[in-house]
Amino acid sequence: MAKLYFTEDHEWLSVDGDVVTVGITDYAQEQLGDLVFVELPEIGRSFAKGDTAVVVESVKAASDVYAPVDGEIIEANTALSSDPALVNSSPAGEGWLWKMKLSDAGQLEGLLDEAGYAAHIA
Amino acid sequence: MTGDTIRHLPLEDLHQAAGARFGAFAGWSMPLTYPAGVMKEHLHTREHAGLFDISHMKLILVFGPQAANLLDKACPLSARALATNQSKYTFFLNEQAGILDDLIVTRLGDERFMVVANAGNAAEDIAHLQALAERFEATVEPLDRVFLAIQGPEAADILEKAGISTAHLFFMQGGEPRENWFISRSGYTGEDGFEIGLPEADARDLLTKLQADERLTWIGLAARDSLRLEAGLCLHGQDITPDTSPASAGLMWAIPKDIRASGNFIGASALAKIMADGASEKRVGLKPEGRQPVRAGVQLTDADGTVVGRVTSGGFGPSAGHPVAMGYVAAELSKPGNTVFADVRGTRIPVQIHPLPFTQHRYRKG
Repeated sequence: MAKLYFTEDHEWLSVDGDVVTVGITDYAQEQLGDLVFVELPEIGRSFAKGDTAVVVESVKAASDVYAPVDGEIIEANTALSSDPALVNSSPAGEGWLWKMKLSDAGQLEGLLDEAGYAAHIA
Repeated sequence: MTGDTIRHLPLEDLHQAAGARFGAFAGWSMPLTYPAGVMKEHLHTREHAGLFDISHMKLILVFGPQAANLLDKACPLSARALATNQSKYTFFLNEQAGILDDLIVTRLGDERFMVVANAGNAAEDIAHLQALAERFEATVEPLDRVFLAIQGPEAADILEKAGISTAHLFFMQGGEPRENWFISRSGYTGEDGFEIGLPEADARDLLTKLQADERLTWIGLAARDSLRLEAGLCLHGQDITPDTSPASAGLMWAIPKDIRASGNFIGASALAKIMADGASEKRVGLKPEGRQPVRAGVQLTDADGTVVGRVTSGGFGPSAGHPVAMGYVAAELSKPGNTVFADVRGTRIPVQIHPLPFTQHRYRKG
């Protein structure tokens, strides 16, 4: 059973063993507005926590999405290349951004749970 | 902008009630989007009609026996050649022929004109006109108005049903239908539409009628920007600035031929020289290849990597269905079909010089 975490930068992480799926929250997609382009990361690339992993572009502006933990990219959601609006319509589902291999499970400890994130955006 | 205080629209409560998301623009807190979102708002305007609160823009009345002389000095314009109720797109230029602001001037009567100025430049525009007015028998009176734009193919019908007849107006005509009202058939979307300046109480009454029509919805500043960009219309401060001239901006059509060489307006001699020498760069439409938008501030290079231009506005065109941008390139590269390159975060994107507008204008011309 995957465990769900959140960051203060409005990302969600679904952690299943050492595989982390990352996306942005419904709150974030609403703030950004209609997405028209998602710049996906290369498979095999390693990111440190805080690095820009993905850039999402709305009609109006480009915004960075940061790697919430250290790790290597193992998959990117290529469906977003042709349909970036999936992030708006299903931010926690079909609109996921990338999967990475967790290199330091200890980094999960500082993250928010669902209730903590709800309080953060309240 | 001077001062730290952000200004609020008189109708802010209506935007809040409509669920607007606000953001700062030119010193004003403006509705950026409504719950439908920029994409739907944009498309709704082109399909039906959109309602925009543009009260951040300034209406300035110029009247008196030498009002036309004053405007002929301030703008590359023949104010007396305008028919009553005729509007004209024009500028304030500096002595170097740089564009201080772009404006619409409408002749309301023999000695009476309305100037519509951009929010970000309004204070400077008023000071500029008032300083010039000391040399002429003319009065410059900034007005306190709510200013609404109703844009789109159904705009005229919606206004008609709200009791405002517009049948007598063609594109770029305007007048004063009631006391303290100003209406012109103009806009910033490329669609048929109207801009109406009126006192706040009248505006609230009118909106009650207009909003009963479900074809009309509020449109935020984000869609206003994507609509005008697709229509190839300039945003002052980005696409035209005090460092660009009407010649390089491709806006010479706005200056009557007979005054280009001989006019008495501020900036005339500098503009004549720029025209004689030829502008070294030109404003062009830009179509990036693929889906990735290329935005303002990005440099443009040729195939060898030499800088040949810059993007001044860029984003995604919801009606065009692809990224759209405009900017400046060296004059010799400005022909549609040429390709230049934009570097966006390390990715080199081919960008085609594209004719403007990206979406055809649908004005109601006489």
